[in-house]
Amino acid sequence: MELELRGITKQFPGVLANDDVSLTARSGKVLALIGENGAGKSTLMNVLSGLYQPDAGEILIDGVVQKFGDPGDAIKAGIGMVHQHFMLVPVFSVWENVVLGVEPVKGPGIMNRKEARNEVRDISGKYGLAVDPDAMVEDLPVGIQQRVEIIKVLLRGAKILVFDEPTAVLTPQEVIEFFGIVAELKGRGATIIFITHKLKEALAIADDITVLRGGKVAGHADPHTATPELLASMMVGRDIDLTVDKEESTPGDTVLQLSGVRMVDDYGRALLDHIDLSVRAGEIVGVAGIQGNGQTELVEAITGLLPIEAGKVEMLGNDISRYSPRQRHAAGIAHVPEDRNHMGMVGSFTVAENLVLDSYYATPFSSRGLLHRDVIRESAEHLVDAYDVRPPLIDNTGNALSGGNAQKMIVAREFSRDVPLVICAQPTRGIDVGSIEYIHEQIVRKRDEGKAILIVSTELDEIFALADRILVMYDGRIVAERKTSETTPTEIGLFMAGKAA
Amino acid sequence: MSETYDQPKVEPYEASAKRTKSLTKGQITRARVTGIVMLAMAAIVVVVFLPNVEGEATFGLSMPYESIQLDPLVVPVQPALWFLALVLGFLGGSQFVRGFQRKATLILGGAFGVFVLAMMVWAAAGQEFNLESMLVATVARCTPIALGALSGILCERSGVVNIGIEGMLLGGAFTGVVMGSLLGGWVGLLAATLTGGLLALLLAVLAVNFRVDQIIIGFVINILVLGLTSFLTSQVLVKNPEWNDAPIFPAVPIPVLSNIPIIGPMFFNQTIIVYAMFVLVGTVTYALFRTRWGLRTRSVGENPKAADSLGVSVSKVRYLAVIYGGMVGGFAGAWFTLGTVGRFDEGLTGGRGFIGLAAMIFGAWNPIGAFGAALIFGFSESLSEKFALLDVPIPTEFLGMAPYLVTIVVVAGLVGRARPPAADGQPYEKE
Repeated sequence: MELELRGITKQFPGVLANDDVSLTARSGKVLALIGENGAGKSTLMNVLSGLYQPDAGEILIDGVVQKFGDPGDAIKAGIGMVHQHFMLVPVFSVWENVVLGVEPVKGPGIMNRKEARNEVRDISGKYGLAVDPDAMVEDLPVGIQQRVEIIKVLLRGAKILVFDEPTAVLTPQEVIEFFGIVAELKGRGATIIFITHKLKEALAIADDITVLRGGKVAGHADPHTATPELLASMMVGRDIDLTVDKEESTPGDTVLQLSGVRMVDDYGRALLDHIDLSVRAGEIVGVAGIQGNGQTELVEAITGLLPIEAGKVEMLGNDISRYSPRQRHAAGIAHVPEDRNHMGMVGSFTVAENLVLDSYYATPFSSRGLLHRDVIRESAEHLVDAYDVRPPLIDNTGNALSGGNAQKMIVAREFSRDVPLVICAQPTRGIDVGSIEYIHEQIVRKRDEGKAILIVSTELDEIFALADRILVMYDGRIVAERKTSETTPTEIGLFMAGKAA
Repeated sequence: MSETYDQPKVEPYEASAKRTKSLTKGQITRARVTGIVMLAMAAIVVVVFLPNVEGEATFGLSMPYESIQLDPLVVPVQPALWFLALVLGFLGGSQFVRGFQRKATLILGGAFGVFVLAMMVWAAAGQEFNLESMLVATVARCTPIALGALSGILCERSGVVNIGIEGMLLGGAFTGVVMGSLLGGWVGLLAATLTGGLLALLLAVLAVNFRVDQIIIGFVINILVLGLTSFLTSQVLVKNPEWNDAPIFPAVPIPVLSNIPIIGPMFFNQTIIVYAMFVLVGTVTYALFRTRWGLRTRSVGENPKAADSLGVSVSKVRYLAVIYGGMVGGFAGAWFTLGTVGRFDEGLTGGRGFIGLAAMIFGAWNPIGAFGAALIFGFSESLSEKFALLDVPIPTEFLGMAPYLVTIVVVAGLVGRARPPAADGQPYEKE
């Protein structure tokens, strides 16, 4: 089926999310839709899936105008969405998730469970999407959960499949498998829309590329001739340098040393086990791994947010294992947390307040329990300027900033202190290319000033762009260590998937 | 639009084996504390119970009206208490030294049971204690609690927190007695059910459409109903006593089954409200886990966005579930008036709605589990009532507190483990 969008416009209070967007997706082809966060991709897809009604414009399938009042209409018309944040119920079995909304019944409203399992098996057999219908979804690896999502839309007879950032949560090996699934679907004549911000993937898999910027179509590109740089500049509207310029590192003394660190959850299961690592002054150590393999816990063990069960955390030769988070902060750890909205800032506080969240209690920002507002404001004015936080209004609330600028604000707070150790968890998750470029430069600048830097990222590209040394975490352990110059993304990807070093 | 979400955690299968070997510091402390609790119970048995009792305790096992009369169980008090103290001491000692790990909660529960047994032997020393009548009362008293829990389960499985169960019970009890007095018991039952349904409709409108904080709505319902029924009682029922004199549903013995010793009177010689509770527990369990309605309701309680994206109407599902829940709550209220005394008094539900809420949590939002929990609470209530009759040298006020104490222990000990529906209490807003 051919899908055409004509002049789709969607206005939200204060934002024109989609402005006269037109595009065409062809049967048996893959259309990659690329754009930065906030470019209007998600809005467009929500219009397509019937969650939003457009203010203007129309949706055509095989030349026929469609009217989607709710998601049910879009499903009936043959559109299937595979959302980035899986729309699955973790505590349900695979078949329960798949048949939800279209349950086969015997008798009045009583589910026919045998029939439901067979429906799942039929589709998984037909498209090579192996999965056990009775498995609990929360027990499945992310790659398999994605298969469940695909089976869900196929069961509903989808001919047009929309994948929203499908590779964001997958390991490199799972990405290859996923591309195989896409090829299979394509071969069966499905129309595929692939939303992504990973330019290399778009180039690898797409037959057509449409770029969105600021709610508008910024242009189309031919995947055979386009380059990542070209696509990036179309997305941002200016030239972008995707490589990070940096010199060979010259590591100095050991700043951070973890030995035999172990952390357990409430049930005594190991979250971290036998963690030994060191970070030296003037080097960037990158921790790679699929989300949920202990990276969060590693960062919290170092910053003191979670207690460790055994082992030692040493900084500049001092054992800080029993220090509180504030003592560690005072000892010289800067921390850009992985989730800026939950940990990095208080959204309802102003930019000025957010910039002193870690140091408001000490001079020069306060004395005898009273805040010195003028000093705080002066320092904030200086920081938003120095770290390019836009708009540079220190009385705005944190929530008013875009993801990239909120992140720059947090980086400003953490990097403005002259401390020996910097920990950045997912420093560029979910932010625009321009801010990524900027934050990467700042991280390298910190290294060149002789600071020890630990980066945790699930983006392998980011690890390779920044790190001098790479550690791979799997199941709470460090399973491999390589110099960046002596390894490849493929090798690291295998370690991430659990292959023993 | 929110950018944050919890990514499902990949749990490698082979990893589980190595993880349980050694105990963490926290687990060791916990093992010590539970061990000490059990040893303390043993000490109470020895120091408090043993010195001032002797003779035999007689436990009756049959109701007077039964055709088959069992011989009462006669227990020599001193040896029995020594034995129970030894069991407690052994359990506590081994828990203190090495810990039962995963079974610790179970063992602690068992130890509580043993301690209660010791208390019963002590209280009954030299007297006659009709165990069977206490068990019959246990089932009767568990009924409003189990129904209250069921009311909560229906609401919360769809993602709406209902702490207004107490108000629904009270409202149902009130309209039940008034309509029952005027138009007969069956009409009263229907009126009670509808009252609960109406209060739930209020909850649904405010929670689903206006996204008001659900805890606040629940409290408002409780306070509103308490105030309204108290006012109407003093202003209307006192002046018109004939409006507060409803027929009581009699116990209906089920042929053959009711003649079975011990369980016959407990389960097969009760009022239709009790029977209805059994039927509802079964029906709701089946409906939640086997029907299309149940799958959709649970999905809305866990991940409303997912349900919405598949064309399931979140509002409709929540409205229905909340109203069903309210009707069960109102029906439960009828137990207090039409099922027992036939008259209404201010605040006569005495917090049973909250205990139902605790039973719901204890039962992990599962009707069968909640029924089990309700039985424990019912047992504790009827036991404290029995102790008061036996003239146990503990102030009756303290005995009356027993069910609530059990609630606290149970909720504190188990709340961390039970996992509520993921979207419980969260208003759903389309982006």
